[in-house]
Amino acid sequence: MTAYDGYGDRWLDREAGPVVRPYALTQGRTLPSGGASFGLIDVVIATNGRPSEHFRPGPEHRRILGLCRRPTPVVDLTSEIDLPLGVVRVLLGDLASEGMLRVLSTQEQPVTDQRLLRMVLDGLESL
Amino acid sequence: MGLNHFDGASAGGNVPSTAKILISGGFGVGKTTMVGAISEIRPLRTEEPLSDRSVGIDDTRGLSTKATTTVAMDFGRISFPSELVLYLFGTPGQERFWFMWDELTIGAVGAVILADTRRVADCFASIDYFERNRMPFVIAVNCFDGAPRFEPDDIRIALSLGPEVPIVLCDARDRDSVKKVLVSLVRYVMSTGSRAGQISIA
Repeated sequence: MTAYDGYGDRWLDREAGPVVRPYALTQGRTLPSGGASFGLIDVVIATNGRPSEHFRPGPEHRRILGLCRRPTPVVDLTSEIDLPLGVVRVLLGDLASEGMLRVLSTQEQPVTDQRLLRMVLDGLESL
Repeated sequence: MGLNHFDGASAGGNVPSTAKILISGGFGVGKTTMVGAISEIRPLRTEEPLSDRSVGIDDTRGLSTKATTTVAMDFGRISFPSELVLYLFGTPGQERFWFMWDELTIGAVGAVILADTRRVADCFASIDYFERNRMPFVIAVNCFDGAPRFEPDDIRIALSLGPEVPIVLCDARDRDSVKKVLVSLVRYVMSTGSRAGQISIA
C-alpha cells in the first residue's frame, strides 16, 4: 500500500496515523480495572459470560473477544489487533471484570518448571 | 508448581504452553538478526508513559498533554508441535527504553547477551541488569567477519564473569548456530534451577 497520494506530501489512510489517539479507546485509562495484570505471554480466552447491563462493549472489545475464542497469548493478541500493549491491557481488564474473558495461564518468576524447560529444550533441539 | 497454571478443562481448544527468552546486547550487535534467523518476526506496539529519561529526546514543550510515547518493537515467535510457543524478545538497546526491560524480564526463561569483540564494553549494561535481577544468561559472541577472535576464557576475564556462565561463539545470521546458543541457555537454566532447588531443600 502506498503512503503517498501521488500529488504531494500528504499522508493518507493508515499512514496518516490513528484518527483516534490510542488511549481515547480506554477513556484515558492507562491501567486495567479490577487490579488484573496481563503478562506478555499469559494466555487468555473469551468466555460466554454476559456483561452487566451498564457495560457496553466497544468495537475493540468485540475484536478482542473475536480473537480470543481460542486460548490466545496476550502478545499474539496485541500484535494481531495492532493496538499498543497498554491499551490492550485496559480493554482486557474491562472484559475480565465483566466475566467475559479469563486468564488461563500466567508466568511464574523465576522460571523453575523443569517440565516446561524440558519442552523448550526438546523443541529447540528438534529444529 | 508449574510455570503455567492451566485451566484447560473448560477451555475451547488446547491451551498452549508459553515461554520467552530475551536477546540482549549493545546497539547494532545483531539482536534482530539473531531473532530473525530462527523465528517468525511479528510486530508489537507499546505506548508507554514518557519518563524523565525522554526529556530532550521527545520535545514536549507546548504539548503539555502528551504523556505517552509510542514504542514499536518486534518479537520472534516459534511454535512447536507440542503446543509450545517460544517467544524471543530483543531488549530495546537505547537507554530511553529501559523501562521495557522489567516488563520483558518477568517470566522469562533466561537471556542471551550478544557480544561483539570489537566493542565488548557494550554488553556491560546488559550483564549488570541481568545479574541484579538474578536472570540466568549466556554470552553469545557474534563472530563478525574481520573481528578479532578471542578464546572464551579471555572474554570471561574481560567481562569479569564467573566460571559458571556459559560463553558460546556464534554467527547470529545462522539458524543452526542460533539454535545452539538457545539450547546452551536452556541447559544452563535447567542446571541452575536444580541447584536452586537443592539449596531450598537444605
